[in-house]
Amino acid sequence: MTAELLQVTGFTLGVALVATLGVLGPGVLCAWILARREFPGKTLLETAVLLPLVMPPVATGLLLLWAFGARGPFGGLGVIFTWRAVVLAMAVMGLPLLVRTARPAFEQVPRRYELMAASLGASPRRVFWTVTLPLAGRGVVAGALLAFSRALGEFGATIMIAGSIPGRTLTLPVAIFTAAETGQDGRAAALLGISIALAFSAAWISNRLVRD
Amino acid sequence: MSMSLSVRLQLTLRQGEFTLTVDEAFEARVLALYGPSGAGKTSLLEAIAGWREPQAGKIAVGGRLLYASARGINVPVARRGVGYVPQDGLLFPHLTVRGNVAYGLPTTGARPDAVDRVSAILDLGELVERPVSTLSGGERQRVALARALVASPAILLLDEPLGGVDAARRQRILPYVSRVRDELNVPMIYVTHQAHEARAVADQVLMLDEGRVVNRGSVDLLPS
Repeated sequence: MTAELLQVTGFTLGVALVATLGVLGPGVLCAWILARREFPGKTLLETAVLLPLVMPPVATGLLLLWAFGARGPFGGLGVIFTWRAVVLAMAVMGLPLLVRTARPAFEQVPRRYELMAASLGASPRRVFWTVTLPLAGRGVVAGALLAFSRALGEFGATIMIAGSIPGRTLTLPVAIFTAAETGQDGRAAALLGISIALAFSAAWISNRLVRD
Repeated sequence: MSMSLSVRLQLTLRQGEFTLTVDEAFEARVLALYGPSGAGKTSLLEAIAGWREPQAGKIAVGGRLLYASARGINVPVARRGVGYVPQDGLLFPHLTVRGNVAYGLPTTGARPDAVDRVSAILDLGELVERPVSTLSGGERQRVALARALVASPAILLLDEPLGGVDAARRQRILPYVSRVRDELNVPMIYVTHQAHEARAVADQVLMLDEGRVVNRGSVDLLPS
């Protein structure tokens, strides 16, 4: 593997990891709220969270471009066409997978365990951290892994808001596209091999966690 | 001399077709709630613990009002000081025996030696490092009992503690309940459908059937 391939792989893994860690807090909170609370607008939140999963990634990318572009409401953050744009695209695309995997895990935690913890004097916060989250733990980890695998493969939204700047925003999927486009078959094949290996490992671990 | 506790229960609780109506005041060291299954015994315990909200009524334990629908009082579960041992024990499956027993420690400010003291009374010694999944029915009950006691409750609710224990081992659990009563002075409500169990641990009895109190008084009222 050349130094450049190594850089692309390392960069992709790094930003995917940052995106996954970043989305973990909001995603878990969202999954828990959807599993445990009833409130007006719940269906709206459910749908909004699902949106990036069903919309064309390029469309999601365009929305993000408008929001974070120079003239957008978050333009001042200077995110577009930096590594942080890659993280943003990956996080937004990974969120629905995390929420959809973690939510049933929270729903399956018997309420009686939570009531028991409360009866032993635990505050709602302590109940969550010491009982609910550990009992839903597998689902949360599986969801995070799915979000991570999705992040590794993110293309549409990434190309819209981060571009393909070698050494700065170029990720594996975008590099594959560029290599194939420009007839660099050997490079495309090498990148493809790396992608398959990474995605397979992540999906495999995720499946194992959900099953047993 | 053991403490006795005054308890006031005046409530209506509906679940589907079933209605539980109780209007009683009693003072006892150990009160047996006696009746066939479906009588409403567990529902009553859950109402006292705050796990289930009655439609209306009043619950007071030791003079402290835990629930009063007319005054909008409904003390949160975590602040009721009610120790509850459900029939299945409900041990936290992700914690060891020690983790379960010590769970009630930090937030209640109980003495750190509470775990050791309670473990000694209930003979938990060799169980403490075991994962919960390896315990027998009787061991689970002892651990659940210890866990409730470590949180120093004002009252302890035991729901058929011998229910999930095989017949041969039942006689080994009752003495532990008596030790808790005599050595820790914790007032209890003990749910059972076995008259001999009630007589062995309780001084007073409330007999329930189909959601109503059918008799009450000394345990001598129980069939022999």
